[in-house]
Amino acid sequence: MLLKASELHVGYFHEQIVVDRLTRTQMVQYAGASGDYNPLHTDEVYAVQMAGYPSVIAHGMLTMGMVAHMVTDFVGDGRLTEFGGRFLRPVWPGDTLSARGEVVNLWRFGDKSFVELALSAVNQDDAAVFAGRAEAIIDG
Amino acid sequence: MIEFPIERGHIMMFARSVGDPNPIYSDPQYAKLSDIGHVIAPPTFVQASAQFDPHYSLRPRLGEPWVGSTVTSSGDVDRRSNVVDDAPRTDKGTSLHAEQHYVFNRHVVAGETLFATARPGTTWQREGRRGGTLTFTETYTDYRDASGEIAITARSVGVRTSQNVAGE
Repeated sequence: MLLKASELHVGYFHEQIVVDRLTRTQMVQYAGASGDYNPLHTDEVYAVQMAGYPSVIAHGMLTMGMVAHMVTDFVGDGRLTEFGGRFLRPVWPGDTLSARGEVVNLWRFGDKSFVELALSAVNQDDAAVFAGRAEAIIDG
Repeated sequence: MIEFPIERGHIMMFARSVGDPNPIYSDPQYAKLSDIGHVIAPPTFVQASAQFDPHYSLRPRLGEPWVGSTVTSSGDVDRRSNVVDDAPRTDKGTSLHAEQHYVFNRHVVAGETLFATARPGTTWQREGRRGGTLTFTETYTDYRDASGEIAITARSVGVRTSQNVAGE
């Protein structure tokens, strides 16, 4: 997608399902790729019996990686200048997450056009699991 | 400083793990014909530099105790005084990732090498909603390229709770 500043306005948004019923297997995939092998994320026996949680908990950075998928689908590849946010609630196996980016600011600096997005991700109960923001360079 | 080789296969596995099928992360032919011209890493990929940190605490190491389950739910719990400091424990609450922020000066390209250096930020405390003290610790990591230019700066905020967070 080629996002053009001239076709955007404050309030324009993009939203997509970034995971449909998160599997423990995907959490293990993320552990293996990222290198974060904390058993709280991958070891149900440990998470339940030792740590006292209902099940394993998804890595916060898995949620953020899935939000990044939405953001780069929205603004394009290699366009981000800033991306960040806070983890608001645990994400569990079986959760379905919808991520949304909304244009909150558009400006030019020199010959470049920038967009600022407010980011959020909610689970199947519409409860927020992540909130953040991003800035990207887009076409004029 | 951690030397972090940006490997194409690693990028492919990372992109798969976050469920992103974008071929810019895996297909050199597609990437070559794109505006960018190269396979690049997804925005949060630098988190995987942990793989190349010899002292990373959340990876089992041969010959050292680990908290994951074995024949018991607690694995090497009886030797807990030696185990990873950041691993969650019921007696001291839980360490969790509270915030993560990145500043990108450019995107990262498969085949290059980055050099990561971490520096401390600030530490602060506040009372949790359900009682107990939350302790926040901020860490900055600069990812420089071979020429010494910063490609990405990451700011991570961790929180240690005095009780587990399942009900939050």
